[in-house]
Amino acid sequence: MKKSRVILALLGTVFAASVAARDVTLLNVSYDPTRELYRDINAAFAAQWKAQHGDTVTIQMSHGGSGKQARSVVDGLPADIVTLALAYDIDAVADHGLLARDWQKRLPNNSSPYTSTVVFLVRKGNPKGIRDWADLIKPGVQVITPNPKTSGGARWNFLAAWGYALKQPGGNEAKARAYVQALYQHVPVLDTGARGATNTFAQRGVGDVLVAWESEALLAQQELGKGTFDIVVPSISILAEPPVAVVDSNIDKHGSRAVAEAYVKFLYSPQAQAIEAKNFYRPRLPEVSARYAAQFPKVNTFTIHDVFGHWRQAQAKFFADGAIFDQIGPGH
Amino acid sequence: MRRRILPGFGLSLGYALAYLGLIVLLPLAALAWKASGIGIGGMLHLLSSPRTLAALRLSFAGAMLAAVINAGFGLLVAWVLVRYRFPGRRLFDALVDLPFALPTAVAGIALTALYAPNGWLGRWLTSWGIQIAYAPPGVILAMVFVGFPFVVRTLQPVLASLDRDVEEAAESLGASHLQTFFRVILPVLVPTLLTGFALALARAVGEYGSVIFIAGNIPMRSEIAPLLIVEKLEEFDYAGAAALGMVMLLASFILLILISRLQRWSGRWAEQLQ
Repeated sequence: MKKSRVILALLGTVFAASVAARDVTLLNVSYDPTRELYRDINAAFAAQWKAQHGDTVTIQMSHGGSGKQARSVVDGLPADIVTLALAYDIDAVADHGLLARDWQKRLPNNSSPYTSTVVFLVRKGNPKGIRDWADLIKPGVQVITPNPKTSGGARWNFLAAWGYALKQPGGNEAKARAYVQALYQHVPVLDTGARGATNTFAQRGVGDVLVAWESEALLAQQELGKGTFDIVVPSISILAEPPVAVVDSNIDKHGSRAVAEAYVKFLYSPQAQAIEAKNFYRPRLPEVSARYAAQFPKVNTFTIHDVFGHWRQAQAKFFADGAIFDQIGPGH
Repeated sequence: MRRRILPGFGLSLGYALAYLGLIVLLPLAALAWKASGIGIGGMLHLLSSPRTLAALRLSFAGAMLAAVINAGFGLLVAWVLVRYRFPGRRLFDALVDLPFALPTAVAGIALTALYAPNGWLGRWLTSWGIQIAYAPPGVILAMVFVGFPFVVRTLQPVLASLDRDVEEAAESLGASHLQTFFRVILPVLVPTLLTGFALALARAVGEYGSVIFIAGNIPMRSEIAPLLIVEKLEEFDYAGAAALGMVMLLASFILLILISRLQRWSGRWAEQLQ
């Protein structure tokens, strides 16, 4: 009799636990080169959530070009969270009423838990002597950078070059335009995405310098051997701020608001910041940055806000149909 | 009404039309509906842009050239596979279908790796000053690759069913080898060759996945029209993308109609010769 009571009690406990513990699934729609980063983040967050709430969280990922991913969410991909390459793409989702238009003010640091910057990857020993942006337009230098019309990452590259020229002594709009036009004359291949450009440079051996996000350059260096490429940090560059947000109308539909909001806040925690640093993104927390100081040299950066105002304005001025990139890009 | 041996004409026709409507016409109607958002002015603006014209020219001229190359070499390969028996023929025959089976991105990456300036072939070609990858020839190469099986596979059954007595008769009546080929064999093959040509052409015009890797994608020089459509989508310009899609569709449609006209003429021409 006693035995069966114990079994009953055990069964009861298991039953009660399984009622209390919910299985939650989140969909994080991200851009291309964050596969490694979010694999680590998701494991850490799931463990933490399980310890604190007893619920099992499964985070599914979708990766692709940032703009394409935003379009999928607009067209009905049920993302709980978007983690994209630039604010303009999340703005586009907000424009379709899926989240509040002031989403970027809801989390610290413009809703960007980690940052990167634009640097140069050159061949070992830097045979063409690339030191700064001005060296990219010297005769005989070939520059690899993807198409800003199809790659969110490449838009940061374009704006970094523009901002550099603007901030030179005597710099103005006309000079920036002339510099960037000259720069794209040196681009022999215009890949559609950032990873494609990295491959063209690293695997196909095309070009003397790859203009890339620091995270991508460090990853390429790690994957392809430290001895093959050098990283050159220019005198000034842009602070790339890839933003994150919860998609209000989807999380309300899924009843996943609590866990989705915890997830994006988790990205700012010391634990997550260390994971981001390990995956070559610059952390925001000073104590974590201090530990990774060797990996991230000091860079003089400006933000989108400093030079171009809002992403919407930058998009309309440079990358819309018939805008500046169409007027001065390669082939002109 | 004439009696048919097998019943069910009405039912099968109904299903066929409904299926065609669902699979082909419905998506095209959605495309046309999206494209209509751009208006006449927007369409004219789109079509008068030098960049659009350059991309359309590369896509259509490139596809045309690739289809011509495929027609020539496809005929040769089909002829060899049908007419001769040699060791490894079956393997060779199976290889023809590979471009069908391979994901196009894989084909693009493989071709680029081969023809890039540091690739096996690209290294030699570059030293002779010939650039294939990251230039328009690369676009045509990728188009040739993806369109190749069409010509071979359409020609093979027709070649196999050719009556050899006719060739022997031609030779015994004093025709030279060339005369036999051009006046006896080729006229019968032309309609099928045109079918293969049209299929290869249509495939090449719409090809995106493999071309993107090898093209270099420089506007005005090596940018194909489908890439321009993708760019429009990235700008969230759905109407513009759909409109460009409609333009490509119409141009392809006109080309295919012209080819089927040509086919009918060539069929009649073949009958007259015999």
